[in-house]
Amino acid sequence: MIGRGYLPIILVTLVIALTPLVISSNSFFNFTVLVLIIALAAQGWNLLGGIGGQTSFGHAMFFGIGAYTASILQTHLGVNAWISLVAAIAAGALAGLIVGFLSFRAGLRGSYFALVTLAFAELLRVLANASELTGGAAGLLLKLDPGFANMQFSSRPTFMLLALAFVFVSLVITQKIVNSRFGAHLVAVRENEDAAKALGVDVLTVKLKAISLSGAMTAAAGVLYVQYFLYIDSGIAFGIWISIEALLAPMIGGRGMVLGPLIGAFTLHGLGEVTKSFAGRVPGIDLMVFAVVLIVVIAFASSGILGLIRKLADRFSSKGGA
Amino acid sequence: MFSPTIIIEAMINGLLTGAIYALVALGLTLVYGVLHIINFAHGATLAAAMFAVWGLNAAFGIDPYWAILIVTPVFFVLGYGVQRFVIGPAAHGDDGNILLITLGLSILIENALLAGFGSDTRSIPSDFSFSVVEAGPFLLSSARLVGAAGSLIVAVLFWLLMSRTDTGKAIRAVAREKLGANLVGINVGHIYAITFGLGCAALAVAASLLMPTFYVNPRIGGAFVNIAFTVVVLGGMGSIPGAMAGGLIIGMVESLSGLLLGESLGQIGIFIIFILVLLLRPTGLFGAKA
Repeated sequence: MIGRGYLPIILVTLVIALTPLVISSNSFFNFTVLVLIIALAAQGWNLLGGIGGQTSFGHAMFFGIGAYTASILQTHLGVNAWISLVAAIAAGALAGLIVGFLSFRAGLRGSYFALVTLAFAELLRVLANASELTGGAAGLLLKLDPGFANMQFSSRPTFMLLALAFVFVSLVITQKIVNSRFGAHLVAVRENEDAAKALGVDVLTVKLKAISLSGAMTAAAGVLYVQYFLYIDSGIAFGIWISIEALLAPMIGGRGMVLGPLIGAFTLHGLGEVTKSFAGRVPGIDLMVFAVVLIVVIAFASSGILGLIRKLADRFSSKGGA
Repeated sequence: MFSPTIIIEAMINGLLTGAIYALVALGLTLVYGVLHIINFAHGATLAAAMFAVWGLNAAFGIDPYWAILIVTPVFFVLGYGVQRFVIGPAAHGDDGNILLITLGLSILIENALLAGFGSDTRSIPSDFSFSVVEAGPFLLSSARLVGAAGSLIVAVLFWLLMSRTDTGKAIRAVAREKLGANLVGINVGHIYAITFGLGCAALAVAASLLMPTFYVNPRIGGAFVNIAFTVVVLGGMGSIPGAMAGGLIIGMVESLSGLLLGESLGQIGIFIIFILVLLLRPTGLFGAKA
């Protein structure tokens, strides 16, 4: 038997995995790959911000560390892509540990934590823009050389399946955490840190575990980005755009819920595409829609789309039972 | 390495820029001190105000300094309305929600400006932008001197408002204890909105003082907002004298690190101060309790 919460994960993954059988449009796969990369980055945010309640405004730092670690290892040192991937994920976890240790030990919460994460991401952006190691303002190009060993695939559906596999793993890990004692501690820290501490939860350790896992996941998303687009610069890697994407998707889909980031990322970018097709080439129009959706969701459905569905389902079933 | 004249001139220029930073940070720290939220839309609002000043000049030929009389009340009313009718009701009293709503507003404003004006950089050309005052061995930009004087005047006006008027007293009461303020008959929602409006009004003045020497594009807010956050954190969140001192210090740090490290790495000094203050002394120089 499969454990609690895994069935929806498997179903959603299967549906996406089967799309190449019925759809052959390249723009669809481009869209889906980008959405999956964002969903993976957002799952990292969700672990820390959604389940753990520590709102980060700077998840770009993990995304960028992942992307740059993978590309620097491959371009400068000729390291194999898959080994680079492992190193990048480890670098993301380590970065999470360091930033977490510094800021959580200093007792930063709420707005202060959001600000310090933003500052770290911006600091890294300025450094990456100036350093020779990262290619400076020109960025880094990965050599085009498709093949499994290089983690490059000329077929878009194949790359989509790879990205989907990553997202699936992240979903399973998150569900495992939610079902575990650690997950319960994390929720306790979110709901009332002082009460959790009084009950004997080691708050600092719980937060550190969460931010390292979070950093590792978002770093993996950065690696996928660079393997797909074969290019990275400081604005993409450490830019505010990915920090916002990583935060918006879980907020819209349902913060703290396992499938929230994936649902949110698809909804937002689906809406973005629809808006673009209506409004034509007005710059920034899709982001305006995202912003309005964010405000509306906070105002009227603070637990996102999944929360709304759950609420409706509860109402329906209680009516049926009565 | 550098002659003392160059270093002193850089410090004076840093102080002049820092005065404007202080003015930008003033609204941010006021809103934090009263509402206990960080207004992430602060930078985008500044960009909007700068576009308003630019637009008044482009359409009607209004001088940026005269534009203060128009944009300041308009932005006060806008800020009042946004807090009263959008942020307040939508947040349901949760600080985390307010943070996210102001983030949403900042994305919205920035991209609305992008959609409306495109990504081009614009400025207001005038002879005054290039006029200089000779002070001993130093050449100082007249427009920046006016800017610094203007922001000091606004800071004094804010201080008078907070310490001498009934509204100021009500704002301080709400900041200290909103439940108690509510019990003695202060309309907390109204005071919140007034505070938010004042923050936006300060930005409108800053925009008018900046435009003679600066340029505007939809993303310009980001450059200022990081600095404003640093100023606010350094001075102590919620402290008006802290924002003034913080602004001047950051202006100097930026100017000196730009001189020593070069244009691209110059910003690093600011981020490092920001992170260090947050980690080591989150209450800042003048702040009370975090």
